[in-house]
Amino acid sequence: MNQILIKQGQLIDPANNINRIGDVYIAEGKIVSVTHEPAGFKPTTVIDATNKIICPGFIDLSTRLREPGQSRKATFKSEAHAAASAGVTTMCLQPDTNPVIDTPAVAELIKELAEKALYPQIYPIAALTRKLEGTELSSMLSLKQAGCIAVGNAQQAVKNLLILRRAMEYAASHDLLVMFRPNDYWLGNNGCAHEGAVATRYGLPSIPEEAETIALAQCLELVELTGCRMHFGQLSCKRSVIKIFQAKKYGLNISADVAIHQLHLTENDMIPFDSSYHVLPPFRTEEDREYLQQGLASGTLNSICSDHQPHDIDAKLGAFPETEPGVSSLETLLPLMLKLVEQGAITLEQGIAALSENPARVLHLNSGALTVGFAADVCVFDPELSWQVNADNWKSQGINTPFWGQTFKGRVTHTIQAGKMIYSLQ
Amino acid sequence: MIENIQLNSEGKLKHFLSIDGLNKTLLTEILDIAESFIGMNDQQIKKVPLLRGKTIVNLFFENSTRTRTTFELAAKRLSVDVLSMSIATSSTSKGESLLDTIRNLEAMFVDMFVVRHAISGAAHFIAQHTAPHISVINAGDGQHAHPTQAMLDMFTIRQVKQDFTNLRVAIIGDILHSRVARSQIQALNILGAAEVRVIAPKTLLPSHVESLGVNVSHDLTSGLKDIDVIIMLRLQKERMTSALLPSESEYFKCFGLTEAKLKIAKPDAIVMHPGPINRGVEIDSKVADGPQSVILKQVSNGIAIRMAIMAMAMQKQGAVG
Repeated sequence: MNQILIKQGQLIDPANNINRIGDVYIAEGKIVSVTHEPAGFKPTTVIDATNKIICPGFIDLSTRLREPGQSRKATFKSEAHAAASAGVTTMCLQPDTNPVIDTPAVAELIKELAEKALYPQIYPIAALTRKLEGTELSSMLSLKQAGCIAVGNAQQAVKNLLILRRAMEYAASHDLLVMFRPNDYWLGNNGCAHEGAVATRYGLPSIPEEAETIALAQCLELVELTGCRMHFGQLSCKRSVIKIFQAKKYGLNISADVAIHQLHLTENDMIPFDSSYHVLPPFRTEEDREYLQQGLASGTLNSICSDHQPHDIDAKLGAFPETEPGVSSLETLLPLMLKLVEQGAITLEQGIAALSENPARVLHLNSGALTVGFAADVCVFDPELSWQVNADNWKSQGINTPFWGQTFKGRVTHTIQAGKMIYSLQ
Repeated sequence: MIENIQLNSEGKLKHFLSIDGLNKTLLTEILDIAESFIGMNDQQIKKVPLLRGKTIVNLFFENSTRTRTTFELAAKRLSVDVLSMSIATSSTSKGESLLDTIRNLEAMFVDMFVVRHAISGAAHFIAQHTAPHISVINAGDGQHAHPTQAMLDMFTIRQVKQDFTNLRVAIIGDILHSRVARSQIQALNILGAAEVRVIAPKTLLPSHVESLGVNVSHDLTSGLKDIDVIIMLRLQKERMTSALLPSESEYFKCFGLTEAKLKIAKPDAIVMHPGPINRGVEIDSKVADGPQSVILKQVSNGIAIRMAIMAMAMQKQGAVG
């Protein structure tokens, strides 16, 4: 039987309030102890975690692995490897695949692809409406039964508020979480950059922050009306953070995340017309970035997602507005989180919680913690190990990252998913 | 900010993509070299063998008459072999990518591309991906830049007003969608104009227009006070259908330049327009054809300016001087 001992690492497990040197004992796919050696424990694998950090495996609330439909960009195989090397043990998959995740058949296909990639913990998010078109409800209950963890709108705006209301009511009836990226269709239409000085200077079609805040405000009203459990994803600006803060204080049952790159980059960091900076929502101002960081520190935003969107080279080869948005971001997730800690924006415990405990709570999963009896999803990383973002180290099929060529501190050495070692740094 | 891809390691012009990032010395050099070419317009033989043996391709992904024609004439007067392609109806509509089009033309031993494209950043993209010996001149990209137009406007202003330092310049109309306005504002600020004022309703101004270094007015009557140079912009018809304006007639009433409004500006103010003019929409015919108009002068100056820029960009290849 497969038994793993991870020993003498800095154990950081925010859910259980643990931050001390210790060992983790894993057997039959589960955590069996974090305090003492269980009787009869005979490890088949021993990981020496001296000077390393042992924490729960990361749970990513928003990823795209491009299958089905866009395997020229990436495959489950390539991205599962990238995720494992990044310490990510659970991924939620956005529904904007081709075909869209709006029937149980597609959800089942995704489960199958995940098994084949030897990375079973991939949870599809079902489309909130059929084909994400915002006109008819998807078969949410059947989709839930087929393994979908939530319903969502991916990047698509829901134009008609009556449809959105009904979708939220229907989701609430089946206790389904709605994962929503607020985005007003008309205000954000065809834009590719933040409506600010940079877009003005370079003549880029722009997206005002109101495209997000107005859609968010409408949606918060509907949360109150429908009693729907809602998670807002990939927020990008100051006033969204304020709105979430106020709504939580008011007592709404909501949560929110931010994409890791939004915590680091602003419109001013963009190299003119460099398509690797083309993301949605767009990079906004320094003030927005500060508020997002503070929102994370205060718990207003409880999770960090990668919003991983690998692309083929052609998708990013063209004049900026014509290129496809998105960053390949799984592999920079940990080092960019550690950079926030180094900058003093958050504590290491907060950063780890935002990547494990908190997203697990959002999804109502029994994971994201090193609790005895939980599936053994564990990440071991060396916080001091430097590495460069280059072709030798990169695993994702998409090399579309604005951080290409940069050197980061912090690297995953071992990833264990449900007691199985899915990655170890060579 | 990154290095300016428009300049080579010696600071000479390699590509001409945008006014942004260039300095006063370089802009003045362009104007001075254009000055030396201007006399040629009146000569019997309107040609110099400066760039003989070189090949230029005009790549127009968007329709244009004047800009393309003046680029062609400028090239011919420099003894360059010039080929003009209108690609709006050519291979890209068959699904060929921008880059494939460029690669194919590169394979035909071209020395320079003159590019017009409907998307902001297209000229930058081509400059970054084309072979290192090829120069790229931006003949207008989306809403970003139209630097040769801006330079011919600067040339025309200098011809009449000699110096920029005391000038107050008003740019009137659809700033939001105008690549010409963005390049003009940058050029005027670099050349040291006393004031650049933009006059338009809020719907036709970019959100952070002040960050470009301009004063803003929403009223033509008060906005024209003390103005030395009036630049009118063309108003596209589709601005009405996209709810940016209620009607052409209301626009003309508020922002159309008439003889009466022109009187508010300084008595020796000049009137410019990058063309093509919408008579009765942004400008009254009496003003467009009147004594203060320099609109046709702008067109003639376009040839000399484009000769100067082509010659300078080729110079880095050792073809000239």
